Amino acid sequence: MAIVSEAKFEEESIHGIPRTRGLLDKQVLLPALRDSFLKLNPKQQIKNPVMFVVLVGTLVSLYEAFVKGGLFTWSITAWLALTVLFANFAEAVAEGRGKAQADTLRKMRTDSNARKVGENGSELSIPSAALQRGDLVVCEAGDVIPSDGEIIEGVASVDESAITGESAPVIRESGGDRSAVTGGTKVLSDRIVIRITAEQGKTFLDRMINLVEGANRKKTPNEIALTILLSALTVIFIPVVVAIDPFASYSHSQVSVVILISLLVCLIPTTIGALLSAIGIAGMDRLVQRNVLAMSGRAVEAAGDVQTLLLDKTGTITLGNRMASAFYPLGEVDEKELAETAQLASLADETPEGRSIVVLAKERFNIRERNLGSSYSFVPFTAQTRMSGIDLDGRMIRKGATDAVKNWVISLGGSVPKELDEISDRLAREGRTPLAVSYGDRLLGVVELKDTIKQGIREKFEQLRTLGIRTVMITGDNPLTAAAIASEAGVDDYMAEATPEAKMALILKEQEGGKLVAMTGDGTNDAPALAQADVGVAMNSGTTAAKEAGNMVDLDSSPTKLIDIVEIGKQLLITRGALTTFSIANDVAKYFAIIPALFVSRYKGLEALNIMRLHSPTSAVLSAVIFNALIIVALIPLALRGVKFRPATASALLRRNVLIYGVGGLILPFIGIKLIDIIITALGVY
Amino acid sequence: MDAVLEIAVLVVALAITWRFLGAYMADVYSGKLKWLDTVERPIYRLLGVDPKGGQSWKRYGASLLIFSLVSLLITYLILRVQNLLPLNPAHMKAVTPALAFNTAVSFVTNTNWQNYAGEQTMSYFSQMAALAVQQFVSAAVGIAVAIALIRGFSNRGSSTIGNFWVDLVRGVLYILLPIAALATVIFVGEGAVQTLSGAVTVHNVLNNATQTIPRGPVASMEAIKQLGTNGGGFFNANGASPFENPTPLTNLLSVYLLLAIPFSLTYTFGKMVGSVRQGLALLGVMFVFFIVWTGITIIAEHGANPALSAAGLHSQSVGNMVGKESRFGTSSSAIYNIASTQTSTGSVDSSMDSYTPLGGMMALSGMMLGEVTPGGVGSGMYTILLFAIVTVFIAGLMVGRTPEYLGKKIQAKEMKLASLGVLVMPITVLVLTGVAMLVPSATDATLNKGPHGFTEILYAFTSQANNNGSAFAGLSSNNAFYNIMGAIAMWLGRFGVIVPSLALAGTLASKGVVPASSGTFKTDSALFGALLIGVILVVGALTFFPALALGPLAEEFSKGRLF
Repeated sequence: MAIVSEAKFEEESIHGIPRTRGLLDKQVLLPALRDSFLKLNPKQQIKNPVMFVVLVGTLVSLYEAFVKGGLFTWSITAWLALTVLFANFAEAVAEGRGKAQADTLRKMRTDSNARKVGENGSELSIPSAALQRGDLVVCEAGDVIPSDGEIIEGVASVDESAITGESAPVIRESGGDRSAVTGGTKVLSDRIVIRITAEQGKTFLDRMINLVEGANRKKTPNEIALTILLSALTVIFIPVVVAIDPFASYSHSQVSVVILISLLVCLIPTTIGALLSAIGIAGMDRLVQRNVLAMSGRAVEAAGDVQTLLLDKTGTITLGNRMASAFYPLGEVDEKELAETAQLASLADETPEGRSIVVLAKERFNIRERNLGSSYSFVPFTAQTRMSGIDLDGRMIRKGATDAVKNWVISLGGSVPKELDEISDRLAREGRTPLAVSYGDRLLGVVELKDTIKQGIREKFEQLRTLGIRTVMITGDNPLTAAAIASEAGVDDYMAEATPEAKMALILKEQEGGKLVAMTGDGTNDAPALAQADVGVAMNSGTTAAKEAGNMVDLDSSPTKLIDIVEIGKQLLITRGALTTFSIANDVAKYFAIIPALFVSRYKGLEALNIMRLHSPTSAVLSAVIFNALIIVALIPLALRGVKFRPATASALLRRNVLIYGVGGLILPFIGIKLIDIIITALGVY
Repeated sequence: MDAVLEIAVLVVALAITWRFLGAYMADVYSGKLKWLDTVERPIYRLLGVDPKGGQSWKRYGASLLIFSLVSLLITYLILRVQNLLPLNPAHMKAVTPALAFNTAVSFVTNTNWQNYAGEQTMSYFSQMAALAVQQFVSAAVGIAVAIALIRGFSNRGSSTIGNFWVDLVRGVLYILLPIAALATVIFVGEGAVQTLSGAVTVHNVLNNATQTIPRGPVASMEAIKQLGTNGGGFFNANGASPFENPTPLTNLLSVYLLLAIPFSLTYTFGKMVGSVRQGLALLGVMFVFFIVWTGITIIAEHGANPALSAAGLHSQSVGNMVGKESRFGTSSSAIYNIASTQTSTGSVDSSMDSYTPLGGMMALSGMMLGEVTPGGVGSGMYTILLFAIVTVFIAGLMVGRTPEYLGKKIQAKEMKLASLGVLVMPITVLVLTGVAMLVPSATDATLNKGPHGFTEILYAFTSQANNNGSAFAGLSSNNAFYNIMGAIAMWLGRFGVIVPSLALAGTLASKGVVPASSGTFKTDSALFGALLIGVILVVGALTFFPALALGPLAEEFSKGRLF
């Protein structure tokens, strides 16, 4: 298992943040072995009530071994100690993977000097570590940005691969939603002035290091609730086991302290108790592997509970922007003429839509860019005219929203064919965007702009629906277009002509009904909604305000990530539930191993309960204890990887997990204990 | 065959009752019914209670505890001075302090453990004013707690869980009194004794023997004893006495009465939370346990008595008739005793001590499951809800969601309270039984030694901590140790579960509701029922397996050998 994942991680490590290492990695394994012993510190152990009981039991058993000696007592003591160490080891391995990542990240922190802009505008060189919030610094090509900040002057291309793993440089500029820069990234060109926005030790990089290292790891609400259940299951078994002593003495039979401790350790939920914190750490880790930084474990858990996903249309549901897909000439007009005119109107249009018209014209009619002569001027798009175009040799060529172009043509004295409305209405109904094109006072036709739905997204929404998650598409499009795309993509609902305020209102409305809402966002105006959402994923490319408002940051800035995050959140909870069930189900077999062993000397008939036909009372008890210890090690990979998660309805998921971990947990120890019994009997010790 | 017919009649009768009594109780506690308004109002005025004012869980709980403590005091005082009070034709002396205390705790906690023989200890006044009154109100208290917890689920963002005084009064007036009155008439009609006159002395000329035959207001107590899952009979012989339980019809009626409210409360629950299917799921769980336990016991008792077989008596075609009334036979006796142990009633029509080891273990293990199959009036309902919360928590995790039950999120606080409520009983039983094993005066009180003697003591504490009151017999428990330890077990077993349940009601009521989706784990499904059965079984089995191994299992596997 581990070897396979190792290979996979290696492949992924072309990305920036160091990938999680495989289980067999020496860099993780050796320190983890050392940490297993360091974690024996009672101060640490007490945090895990289940394992603390095992530790105390081990010490009592050790005392018994010293006083009374005997191979059996020593063997039990050794295996009890191993149980504690295995639990520590599981946690240490999970932490170790994060620590290794943190070490690599630390190296990225720059020790170089920063060029601080003084009050009089002069530059002075000070150590990066001395920078304060609000300071202005200058960075030029080749400089590493000393700390998090906002560009207040200039534009530059920045290599952010250190953080995001994405090797292509990104443009960062002052003003707008692309002004945030992160400490540790590198300026590739130009010169920018940055206002530092982070205090020392609280930069994005610092937070990342803390996160992957788990330095401030707190128990999450669900972990606390589960710990209570596990403590209850531990507390109840103490009187169960302690009471056996007087019960036995009434029955005139002797039970040894060591066997009672063995029974107690076998009964309390050591399997889940040992792996619980490893599961939580590994869950965070899985997010990091997908380039998502969760600011708290609580957020990861909330992701599993999300019932409404607000998804931005662009980038999540559709590929980027609308693209020109067809020309519809009106009346006598030739399609090629329309294409030529549309191309002319779009030459200066740098928007993706404009460029796509040029591309389509070239594809369809091989129309290339040509020499326009000297007497031309471009007419840019304005919110008032809602048109753009070109004035060429006195002819006014325009393209734009249908009604805008219509009015324009009428104002020039031209006529409008009635097909125009038919075509544009039809396109709008189908979720396309019509752009009318005019040449002087002639209305030539309509260019169709189309959204391309991402492949496989429909199936994804299908899966989400079975998980009980409602998807809401957020778009700035008009309601007609939005409805068409929504039905094509298969989302449950949509919000057209969305504004940040409307988004916020939608979140509040969903939350009022008790639902948990997740959303992605990047702009400063998304910040309130990101803060309000139960899971707010900020794009790393977004503004500082957005990143601070959300509780997760997606380093890849991929809006589709939200779906992965939900799955990871669910997987985390399922892993806990599955191992808890497994742990409790295991007890049945252990009872059948130990109880007959305890009392068979007094009541011969109880041999009937020894359904595993274990060799002798001592071999039975030892086998159960060994099984109990080994199962922890055996399940470490599962705890770190998480149980397999396939989107399905709650009932289907439950049936499957109950079958595997409940029924499986019932049967497996019968086989395991029997096998161990056969082996230790064959060794001839007992 | 008789057994099948008897069970079939019961099932049909209970099914109808479930639907109608369940709906009726929901209407009673939601305040829709007002036909006894004229009786109710003066009571509230007297108590100084505003019937419309809701109580927080703390006030609800405080009212309940104060009421129970006052009840305890009144019951204790009546028993202590019964010699000075009227209606004492047999001139019974004052009950001794330890016994009076134990008995008062026993009746206030709906346990009805009896360390005395009623006809030799209690005056009619004590039977009626002290004991039967508690049989009514303690039952009403139990139902009130169940209703309060149900309101925890049905209320949204609310700081109150109802009004204890209103729930108490309505439970007695609208539910217990009318049904008990009706049942009393049937009992009397079938020949149960109902009189305030003293005992009669008869002289048998044939064998020249003079016999004193005790009488009293028996039938009226019999009705509420069963209906309120109390179990404390007028006579020491309890349901085996022909004066309490004269005919097979009253035997069946008794079983019906003690199952009626516990089962029907699941309908009430479903109706109050807005989905009868939710209640049906819990009913299914209760019923599966009940029918399996009854079935195994009937089969076990139809088998041979292993001690007799070991002694060479192989022809036992009638089954194990030791300790059973020939009027009822093995099947009816088994049904009666299982129904009474599984409803925390504890009345008996045959001697548990003489059941086969397996049969006895079924009665014992039924109690060990926490009295949820269906359990006592109200207590069965609130306890199974605690188990349901634990189940939902584990199951919810396995579907990848913060678990929720009926739209209420189950988080750390709910887990804490539910775990506490579930753990109180087993810990009490194990600790007190363990202590008893170390005290010579406690172990000397058993009639038998070896595993059977162990079972006698284990059974006593299991019964008391579950507020059952069923006695295995064979244990002389009217001594200081059992009077005091028993009172502790009964008190903890009752209020140690009630207080967490009410706290749970409070925290649940204050929560909003998460709307269900296909990602929500359905709690009205067979799958949930199966899981709940699993959790109840596993918790019970894991906590009591060692004790059962040393008691009934050791006895069973020793094949009739005596120790």
